[in-house]
Amino acid sequence: MAQQIIFYILAVIISVFSIMAVTSKRLIRSATYLLFVLLGTAGLYLLLGYHYLFAVQVAVYAGGIMVLYIFAILLTQKPGEKITPEPLRQRVLAIVLSLVGIVFCGYIIFSNITKVYTLVTQSELNTKHIGMTLMGTEKFQYLLPFEVISILLLACIVGAIMIARKRS
Amino acid sequence: MGDLFTNFFSGIIPMEAYIAVSLVMFFSGIYGFISRKSLLMILISIELILNSIDINFAVFNRYLYPEQMEGFFFALFTIAVSACETAVAIAIVINIYRNLNNVEVDSLNELQEPDEASENTEVLK
Repeated sequence: MAQQIIFYILAVIISVFSIMAVTSKRLIRSATYLLFVLLGTAGLYLLLGYHYLFAVQVAVYAGGIMVLYIFAILLTQKPGEKITPEPLRQRVLAIVLSLVGIVFCGYIIFSNITKVYTLVTQSELNTKHIGMTLMGTEKFQYLLPFEVISILLLACIVGAIMIARKRS
Repeated sequence: MGDLFTNFFSGIIPMEAYIAVSLVMFFSGIYGFISRKSLLMILISIELILNSIDINFAVFNRYLYPEQMEGFFFALFTIAVSACETAVAIAIVINIYRNLNNVEVDSLNELQEPDEASENTEVLK
Protein backbone atom coordinates (compact mmCIF):
# COMPACT_ATOMS: atom_id res chain seq x y z
CA MET A 1 0.00 0.00 0.00
CA ALA A 2 2.64 2.49 1.06
CA GLN A 3 4.84 1.41 -1.83
CA GLN A 4 2.09 2.07 -4.35
CA ILE A 5 1.37 5.53 -3.00
CA ILE A 6 5.06 6.43 -3.00
CA PHE A 7 5.42 5.12 -6.54
CA TYR A 8 2.54 7.17 -7.89
CA ILE A 9 3.78 10.32 -6.15
CA LEU A 10 7.25 9.77 -7.65
CA ALA A 11 5.75 9.08 -11.08
CA VAL A 12 3.80 12.35 -11.03
CA ILE A 13 6.87 14.27 -9.84
CA ILE A 14 9.06 12.78 -12.56
CA SER A 15 6.57 13.33 -15.38
CA VAL A 16 5.69 16.90 -14.43
CA PHE A 17 9.24 18.02 -13.78
CA SER A 18 10.66 16.40 -16.90
CA ILE A 19 8.14 18.29 -19.01
CA MET A 20 8.84 21.51 -17.09
CA ALA A 21 12.58 21.01 -17.53
CA VAL A 22 12.37 21.12 -21.31
CA THR A 23 9.81 23.92 -21.53
CA SER A 24 11.19 26.36 -18.96
CA LYS A 25 12.39 29.73 -20.21
CA ARG A 26 15.31 30.04 -17.84
CA LEU A 27 18.25 27.67 -18.01
CA ILE A 28 18.96 27.60 -14.30
CA ARG A 29 15.35 26.59 -13.62
CA SER A 30 15.55 23.79 -16.17
CA ALA A 31 18.65 22.54 -14.40
CA THR A 32 16.81 22.58 -11.08
CA TYR A 33 13.86 20.67 -12.55
CA LEU A 34 16.32 18.18 -14.03
CA LEU A 35 17.73 17.72 -10.53
CA PHE A 36 14.23 16.87 -9.24
CA VAL A 37 13.78 14.36 -12.06
CA LEU A 38 17.09 12.70 -11.24
CA LEU A 39 16.24 12.48 -7.53
CA GLY A 40 12.84 10.99 -8.41
CA THR A 41 14.58 8.39 -10.52
CA ALA A 42 16.81 7.59 -7.57
CA GLY A 43 13.63 7.02 -5.58
CA LEU A 44 12.38 4.59 -8.23
CA TYR A 45 15.62 2.60 -7.91
CA LEU A 46 15.05 2.48 -4.18
CA LEU A 47 11.53 1.13 -4.76
CA LEU A 48 12.94 -1.52 -7.08
CA GLY A 49 15.34 -2.61 -4.35
CA TYR A 50 18.55 -1.50 -6.06
CA HIS A 51 20.11 0.41 -3.20
CA TYR A 52 23.55 0.60 -4.78
CA LEU A 53 22.13 2.08 -7.97
CA PHE A 54 20.28 4.61 -5.80
CA ALA A 55 23.53 5.67 -4.17
CA VAL A 56 25.31 5.94 -7.52
CA GLN A 57 22.45 7.94 -9.02
CA VAL A 58 22.42 10.43 -6.16
CA ALA A 59 26.20 10.75 -5.97
CA VAL A 60 27.09 10.84 -9.66
CA TYR A 61 24.03 12.32 -11.34
CA ALA A 62 22.43 14.54 -8.72
CA GLY A 63 25.79 15.42 -7.20
CA GLY A 64 28.48 15.54 -9.85
CA ILE A 65 26.73 16.13 -13.15
CA MET A 66 24.35 18.75 -11.79
CA VAL A 67 27.26 20.76 -10.36
CA LEU A 68 28.89 20.66 -13.81
CA TYR A 69 25.66 21.91 -15.38
CA ILE A 70 25.25 24.73 -12.91
CA PHE A 71 28.84 25.83 -13.43
CA ALA A 72 28.36 25.79 -17.19
CA ILE A 73 25.11 27.76 -16.98
CA LEU A 74 26.60 30.37 -14.68
CA LEU A 75 29.67 30.69 -16.90
CA THR A 76 27.74 31.15 -20.13
CA GLN A 77 24.57 32.98 -19.08
CA LYS A 78 23.96 36.37 -17.55
CA PRO A 79 21.99 36.07 -14.32
CA GLY A 80 18.22 36.29 -14.77
CA GLU A 81 18.50 36.20 -18.53
CA LYS A 82 15.60 34.57 -20.35
CA ILE A 83 16.08 32.51 -23.46
CA THR A 84 14.56 34.07 -26.53
CA PRO A 85 11.60 31.88 -27.46
CA GLU A 86 12.07 29.47 -30.32
CA PRO A 87 10.01 29.92 -33.49
CA LEU A 88 6.50 28.55 -33.19
CA ARG A 89 6.88 26.30 -36.22
CA GLN A 90 9.80 24.47 -34.64
CA ARG A 91 7.96 24.00 -31.37
CA VAL A 92 4.83 22.70 -33.06
CA LEU A 93 6.91 20.30 -35.10
CA ALA A 94 8.63 19.04 -31.94
CA ILE A 95 5.33 18.65 -30.07
CA VAL A 96 3.75 16.73 -32.96
CA LEU A 97 6.79 14.49 -33.34
CA SER A 98 7.01 13.64 -29.66
CA LEU A 99 3.25 13.08 -29.34
CA VAL A 100 3.30 10.74 -32.35
CA GLY A 101 6.26 8.95 -30.82
CA ILE A 102 4.67 8.62 -27.40
CA VAL A 103 1.41 7.27 -28.85
CA PHE A 104 3.24 4.85 -31.15
CA CYS A 105 5.56 3.48 -28.45
CA GLY A 106 2.81 3.45 -25.84
CA TYR A 107 0.53 1.46 -28.14
CA ILE A 108 3.26 -1.06 -28.93
CA ILE A 109 4.23 -1.46 -25.27
CA PHE A 110 0.76 -1.71 -23.78
CA SER A 111 -0.68 -3.99 -26.46
CA ASN A 112 2.27 -6.38 -26.38
CA ILE A 113 3.12 -6.53 -22.70
CA THR A 114 2.05 -9.81 -21.16
CA LYS A 115 1.14 -10.14 -17.56
CA VAL A 116 3.28 -13.23 -17.03
CA TYR A 117 5.86 -11.53 -14.91
CA THR A 118 5.66 -11.80 -11.17
CA LEU A 119 7.56 -9.52 -8.88
CA VAL A 120 9.62 -11.93 -6.83
CA THR A 121 10.24 -10.51 -3.42
CA GLN A 122 13.95 -10.43 -3.07
CA SER A 123 16.15 -9.36 -0.26
CA GLU A 124 18.40 -6.36 -0.74
CA LEU A 125 21.20 -6.99 -3.22
CA ASN A 126 24.25 -7.88 -1.21
CA THR A 127 27.00 -5.29 -1.65
CA LYS A 128 29.63 -8.01 -1.38
CA HIS A 129 27.92 -9.84 -4.23
CA ILE A 130 27.88 -6.65 -6.33
CA GLY A 131 31.58 -6.13 -5.68
CA MET A 132 32.46 -9.72 -6.57
CA THR A 133 30.43 -9.47 -9.78
CA LEU A 134 32.05 -6.17 -10.71
CA MET A 135 35.56 -7.50 -10.15
CA GLY A 136 35.27 -11.09 -11.34
CA THR A 137 36.54 -12.42 -14.66
CA GLU A 138 34.19 -15.37 -15.06
CA LYS A 139 30.94 -15.59 -16.98
CA PHE A 140 28.39 -12.87 -16.01
CA GLN A 141 31.11 -10.88 -14.27
CA TYR A 142 32.23 -7.46 -15.29
CA LEU A 143 35.94 -6.78 -14.85
CA LEU A 144 36.53 -5.91 -18.52
CA PRO A 145 33.75 -3.29 -18.83
CA PHE A 146 34.92 -1.84 -15.52
CA GLU A 147 38.45 -1.36 -16.86
CA VAL A 148 37.14 0.01 -20.16
CA ILE A 149 35.05 2.55 -18.23
CA SER A 150 38.12 3.59 -16.24
CA ILE A 151 40.05 4.18 -19.49
CA LEU A 152 37.07 6.13 -20.86
CA LEU A 153 36.97 8.33 -17.76
CA LEU A 154 40.71 9.01 -18.06
CA ALA A 155 40.36 9.88 -21.74
CA CYS A 156 37.43 12.13 -20.93
CA ILE A 157 39.39 14.00 -18.24
CA VAL A 158 42.29 14.56 -20.64
CA GLY A 159 39.94 15.55 -23.46
CA ALA A 160 37.92 17.96 -21.35
CA ILE A 161 41.07 19.72 -20.13
CA MET A 162 42.47 19.87 -23.66
CA ILE A 163 39.30 21.41 -25.03
CA ALA A 164 38.53 23.83 -22.21
CA ARG A 165 42.01 25.21 -21.53
CA LYS A 166 42.88 28.69 -22.70
CA ARG A 167 45.12 28.79 -25.74
CA SER A 168 47.95 31.21 -25.30
CA MET B 1 -15.25 2.39 -7.72
CA GLY B 2 -13.91 1.70 -4.26
CA ASP B 3 -13.01 -1.79 -5.39
CA LEU B 4 -11.03 -0.37 -8.30
CA PHE B 5 -9.30 1.99 -5.92
CA THR B 6 -8.19 -0.77 -3.57
CA ASN B 7 -7.04 -2.89 -6.53
CA PHE B 8 -5.07 0.07 -7.79
CA PHE B 9 -3.27 0.52 -4.51
CA SER B 10 -2.75 -3.08 -3.47
CA GLY B 11 -0.78 -5.81 -5.14
CA ILE B 12 2.45 -5.22 -6.96
CA ILE B 13 3.22 -2.08 -8.94
CA PRO B 14 2.72 -3.08 -12.58
CA MET B 15 5.76 -3.02 -14.85
CA GLU B 16 3.85 -0.86 -17.35
CA ALA B 17 3.66 1.93 -14.79
CA TYR B 18 7.44 2.20 -14.62
CA ILE B 19 7.70 2.01 -18.40
CA ALA B 20 5.07 4.73 -18.79
CA VAL B 21 7.10 7.04 -16.56
CA SER B 22 10.25 6.44 -18.57
CA LEU B 23 8.27 6.88 -21.81
CA VAL B 24 7.10 10.34 -20.74
CA MET B 25 10.63 11.25 -19.69
CA PHE B 26 12.11 9.99 -22.97
CA PHE B 27 9.73 11.91 -25.20
CA SER B 28 10.00 15.13 -23.23
CA GLY B 29 13.74 14.73 -23.84
CA ILE B 30 13.06 14.29 -27.56
CA TYR B 31 10.85 17.41 -27.51
CA GLY B 32 13.58 19.48 -25.87
CA PHE B 33 16.23 18.11 -28.20
CA ILE B 34 14.27 19.17 -31.29
CA SER B 35 12.73 22.42 -30.13
CA ARG B 36 15.33 24.21 -28.01
CA LYS B 37 18.12 26.36 -29.44
CA SER B 38 20.52 26.58 -26.53
CA LEU B 39 23.29 23.98 -26.44
CA LEU B 40 22.89 23.56 -22.68
CA MET B 41 19.16 22.86 -23.08
CA ILE B 42 20.00 20.21 -25.67
CA LEU B 43 22.44 18.65 -23.19
CA ILE B 44 19.75 18.63 -20.49
CA SER B 45 17.41 16.87 -22.92
CA ILE B 46 20.05 14.24 -23.68
CA GLU B 47 20.44 13.74 -19.96
CA LEU B 48 16.69 13.10 -19.63
CA ILE B 49 16.80 10.55 -22.46
CA LEU B 50 19.75 8.68 -20.93
CA ASN B 51 18.05 8.66 -17.53
CA SER B 52 14.85 7.16 -18.93
CA ILE B 53 16.90 4.39 -20.55
CA ASP B 54 18.50 3.66 -17.17
CA ILE B 55 15.06 3.24 -15.58
CA ASN B 56 14.10 0.77 -18.30
CA PHE B 57 17.23 -1.32 -17.78
CA ALA B 58 16.67 -1.52 -14.03
CA VAL B 59 12.95 -2.29 -14.35
CA PHE B 60 13.34 -5.03 -16.94
CA ASN B 61 16.08 -6.60 -14.88
CA ARG B 62 14.08 -6.48 -11.66
CA TYR B 63 10.79 -7.76 -13.09
CA LEU B 64 11.83 -10.26 -15.76
CA TYR B 65 15.19 -11.62 -14.62
CA PRO B 66 15.41 -10.95 -10.89
CA GLU B 67 18.15 -13.54 -10.32
CA GLN B 68 20.54 -11.96 -12.82
CA MET B 69 22.25 -8.56 -12.77
CA GLU B 70 22.79 -7.56 -16.40
CA GLY B 71 20.41 -4.61 -16.42
CA PHE B 72 21.72 -3.39 -13.10
CA PHE B 73 25.30 -3.23 -14.36
CA PHE B 74 24.26 -1.78 -17.70
CA ALA B 75 22.52 1.07 -15.86
CA LEU B 76 25.63 1.54 -13.73
CA PHE B 77 27.91 1.77 -16.77
CA THR B 78 25.46 4.03 -18.59
CA ILE B 79 25.62 6.48 -15.69
CA ALA B 80 29.43 6.51 -15.95
CA VAL B 81 29.33 7.03 -19.73
CA SER B 82 26.85 9.88 -19.40
CA ALA B 83 29.10 11.53 -16.82
CA CYS B 84 31.95 11.41 -19.36
CA GLU B 85 29.71 12.73 -22.11
CA THR B 86 28.57 15.64 -19.96
CA ALA B 87 32.10 16.61 -18.95
CA VAL B 88 33.38 16.71 -22.52
CA ALA B 89 30.25 18.41 -23.85
CA ILE B 90 30.40 21.15 -21.23
CA ALA B 91 34.08 21.73 -22.01
CA ILE B 92 33.09 22.17 -25.66
CA VAL B 93 30.22 24.51 -24.72
CA ILE B 94 32.52 26.71 -22.65
CA ASN B 95 35.04 26.80 -25.49
CA ILE B 96 32.29 27.82 -27.91
CA TYR B 97 31.16 30.55 -25.52
CA ARG B 98 34.71 31.84 -25.34
CA ASN B 99 34.90 32.12 -29.12
CA LEU B 100 31.40 33.24 -30.09
CA ASN B 101 30.01 34.77 -26.86
CA ASN B 102 26.79 32.77 -27.01
CA VAL B 103 25.75 29.12 -27.02
CA GLU B 104 22.94 29.17 -29.55
CA VAL B 105 22.89 26.43 -32.16
CA ASP B 106 22.16 28.86 -34.98
CA SER B 107 25.42 30.73 -34.54
CA LEU B 108 27.45 27.57 -35.02
CA ASN B 109 27.75 27.52 -38.78
CA GLU B 110 31.47 27.01 -38.95
CA LEU B 111 33.75 24.71 -37.02
CA GLN B 112 36.92 26.78 -37.25
CA GLU B 113 37.71 29.58 -34.89
CA PRO B 114 36.69 32.93 -36.41
CA ASP B 115 40.12 34.55 -36.63
CA GLU B 116 41.73 31.58 -38.35
CA ALA B 117 38.82 31.34 -40.75
CA SER B 118 39.17 34.99 -41.80
CA GLU B 119 42.92 34.52 -42.27
CA ASN B 120 42.27 31.54 -44.51
CA THR B 121 39.82 33.45 -46.67
CA GLU B 122 42.34 36.25 -47.03
CA VAL B 123 44.94 33.74 -48.19
CA LEU B 124 42.45 32.37 -50.69
CA LYS B 125 41.80 35.84 -52.07
